Amino acid sequence: MDFNDTPQEAEYRAKARAWLEDNAAEYREPPETAWKLDEFIQRSKAWQAKKFAAGYTGITWPKAFGGQGLGPMQSIIYGQEESRFHAPSGLYSIGLGMCIPTVFTHGSAEIAERYVPKALVGDEVWCQLFSEPSAGSDLAGIRTRAVQDGDEWVIDGQKVWTSFAHASDYGIVVTRTDPSVPKHKGLTMFIVDMKAPGVEVRGIKQMSGGSDFNEVFFTGVRVKDTHRLGDVGNGWKVALTTLMHERLAVGGKPRHAPGYETLMKLARGVEAPVGGPAIEAGDVRQRIAQSYINDQGIKLTQMRALSALSRGQMPGPEQSISKVVVAKTMQEMASFALDLAGGDGFVTGADGDPELAKLQGSYLGAAGLRIAGGTDEILRNIIAERVLGLPGDLRPDKDKPFNAAA
Amino acid sequence: MNFDFSDDAKALGEQAKKLFADKAGTAPARKAMASGAPDFDAGLWAEIANLGWTAARVPEAHGGLGMSAEESCQLAEAAGAALAVVPLVSTLLATEALLIAGTEAQQAKYFPGIADGSLIAVPAWNEPGAVTPATVATTASGHTLTGSKAPVPDLPGAHLAIVAAAGPDGPSLWIVDLNDALVEPVETLDLVRRHGRLTLANTPAEPLGDPAAYQAWLDRAAVILAYEAIGTASAAMDMTVEYAKTRIAFGQTIGRYQGVKHKCADMFIKIELARAHALHGVAMIGSDGAELRQAAAAARVASLDALSFTAEETVQLHGGIGFTWESDCQFYYRRARALTASLAARGWWADRLVRALELRNRAAA
Repeated sequence: MDFNDTPQEAEYRAKARAWLEDNAAEYREPPETAWKLDEFIQRSKAWQAKKFAAGYTGITWPKAFGGQGLGPMQSIIYGQEESRFHAPSGLYSIGLGMCIPTVFTHGSAEIAERYVPKALVGDEVWCQLFSEPSAGSDLAGIRTRAVQDGDEWVIDGQKVWTSFAHASDYGIVVTRTDPSVPKHKGLTMFIVDMKAPGVEVRGIKQMSGGSDFNEVFFTGVRVKDTHRLGDVGNGWKVALTTLMHERLAVGGKPRHAPGYETLMKLARGVEAPVGGPAIEAGDVRQRIAQSYINDQGIKLTQMRALSALSRGQMPGPEQSISKVVVAKTMQEMASFALDLAGGDGFVTGADGDPELAKLQGSYLGAAGLRIAGGTDEILRNIIAERVLGLPGDLRPDKDKPFNAAA
Repeated sequence: MNFDFSDDAKALGEQAKKLFADKAGTAPARKAMASGAPDFDAGLWAEIANLGWTAARVPEAHGGLGMSAEESCQLAEAAGAALAVVPLVSTLLATEALLIAGTEAQQAKYFPGIADGSLIAVPAWNEPGAVTPATVATTASGHTLTGSKAPVPDLPGAHLAIVAAAGPDGPSLWIVDLNDALVEPVETLDLVRRHGRLTLANTPAEPLGDPAAYQAWLDRAAVILAYEAIGTASAAMDMTVEYAKTRIAFGQTIGRYQGVKHKCADMFIKIELARAHALHGVAMIGSDGAELRQAAAAARVASLDALSFTAEETVQLHGGIGFTWESDCQFYYRRARALTASLAARGWWADRLVRALELRNRAAA
């Protein structure tokens, strides 16, 4: 039993590492101040083009779509190596991770030919227009409508929580095309031009102060029927392709989230209420142990899944627990760390401690992480239903026509 | 990456689960509880010995199969799931002690009997009034021990005890022939597994390694016991999930209610985290380095957390029937206590984990 690469994996890793050493040198350290949006986009595009030229994009995609036709281990290995740097890759994670696989799986050959290469090289940025103000976890409850008009469709409605919509060229959008059938059956998906007339993007400021999310309003937006993904009324099945990719993408621990090491370091430096370094206090030690169990436990759980992947098996259900534990642990650790720091943990801005500022960011960010990509409650349902085989929740609206359901 | 059990170990685990499914489980546990007989299930023990499970880790030179620690862990998990009334896990723990600390002569003397199941050796760790391995009141003087050990799992019917006792350099392990000592049954909350009290009064004993070997044994024991706890927790979860699929309340199976579903999901989450840490522990056995200490302590804490949560919620989710004598829930609820008491409590192991992390930090600095 070991954590080692197979010889083929080791070779791929060595090649990727050498390439990154040569090409990502400027991203060895995080930027001193966060990039402004324009600079972020410009750097993202340059980095993506570089990766494309070297064959590090679309690693698992079929060669026919410009991918490398390699296995998931290669993609994971490249990701692990790239994560040692601070290169700007986030702008493309939704497009390449979720949207484009949906486009080439469900779109026509012409559509794939038009959009996939430009997304791969980074010329065009994509967003995913799914959630709505009253359809979050209950995603099939969306109300944005698309009505056919000749060989075009006209879209009206509103989406929300759309990451990077403000920087996107195209999006994939779920719409309701038939409100007279049960909610899962009347949906259709389209590719939409984010610069088209009638598309309005408004930024949402998050609790953390960041604004990666948007509201997107559609008013009489026209989309050609050729830009439909899958059959009319089959949008739910198409959306599931995207969601499957989303759960994989959102599972891991955010890059700068605190670990148990952060807690230990802090606990060495502050005084316990009963005197002495906090790390000597029994309750603090118990909390550190608990954080380690969760934090490191997920890492080890992912290694179990990787081992299955490495042997060509599908990973087991272990992966489904990842986000529940990661998000809640991040919240608990950040909260406990800020507790340890006493009043200092509460101070921000120029008077604040930069180390504590990171923890404050994690504390505010964790609240969102517990919701994004499936709430804790939805993920527990998934574990209970798909892993343990318990029955699904009762859904009174399931077989009712959408426009007749409460 | 190959972070998983070997195919051989998995096959042995499957074999053990199958035998225990036929010969152990809640029905034999209930019989054992009712009989009050002081001994374990001799028929099942003979079968286990015939299958070579008692010989799993014993070196081939001493009549064993010379398997890896992975095999012990698979056996411990299966035994834990089946609540089996046999001293299998105790035997596996005693084997580790002899492997780590036994001299060639000691191994030659004891291993063949352990391997064929005729010599039952059990670790005697607990003692009245002591809750951590650092405060052992049983003392060694020359080659004799004085003190009392209780509750000792599987002691009635055993032939040899591996006793933790304090010497001049700190606590270490000693071998006691139980013909030389007073053994009495002790009643415990478990009711199924047999426990005993060992009274030592200038009782002859052989030293088994030094204090460092004792610490190394604690690490290995923690990993094996983590698998026993994971087995018990998984069995309790499986029983609960099955119940939730069939029990109807307010016109639907209770497994449809999120209040029930989410508790089952939390059982799964805690058990999976424990599995990840326990697997890390197995992977590090043999290294016996700092990483084993860290992984073993984490495995112990995570498995106890998974077990106590699962055992408690198993009763809760079964509702009124769950806390009756007729229900099987009590076996898991009681066994959770027994396994917690089997090798220092959670708090001590959590502290040992943080100590290990601090040491590694210092080494890295």
